[in-house]
Amino acid sequence: MTAPGITATEQTIREKVAEAFAPARLEIENESHKHHGHAGSPGTGDSHFALTVVSDAFAGMDRVMRQRQVYELLADELAGPVHALALTLATPEEAAKRGL
Amino acid sequence: MSDNPVQEAIDTEIKSNDVVLFMKGTPVFPQCGFSAAVVQVLNHLGVKYKGVNVLEDDSLRNGIKDYSNWPTIPQLYVKGDFIGGCDIVREMFETGELTEAFSTRGVDVQIEA
Repeated sequence: MTAPGITATEQTIREKVAEAFAPARLEIENESHKHHGHAGSPGTGDSHFALTVVSDAFAGMDRVMRQRQVYELLADELAGPVHALALTLATPEEAAKRGL
Repeated sequence: MSDNPVQEAIDTEIKSNDVVLFMKGTPVFPQCGFSAAVVQVLNHLGVKYKGVNVLEDDSLRNGIKDYSNWPTIPQLYVKGDFIGGCDIVREMFETGELTEAFSTRGVDVQIEA
């Protein structure tokens, strides 16, 4: 079951990220509607996401390592319905400092 | 490195240019918002770079993802080092780390007035 207004892909991303990183904060914004009609937009409403994850799990990893972990976790989604995934990944300390 | 000609061509491109951006479209005509965002940052910093349009060649488009084990485009390389994609470039620009990443590698930065 998915909550109203939440796509199946969004739900899968949320579950996988929650399990892998035990995040203090997890936000997913479905931006698919902004890309309708653009080249590369399938018009499914399930293709463009922005993900913010605040987790202690990122401590000691540089930016490239953090993103690689998320990309690997969501490899099936990226090979499938997800065409774009904007990532903001921070530890709780960094998030506080950056005002995220 | 590799006996795959596409990987070799990518490697040559990255090693023979100080700053290379693999992108969708061209620096003058980006065809994706994420590529456009990185172009904007590089232009603002006044960094000389080579844009490589992956839309011109499917083998390149897929090959660059394998080369760096990074599934998305754009990808920025400085003096052979993979820096990151759009999110990372934007973040590093905001914190000032991007300017540092160029200067420590001996790449000139000339911020627009």
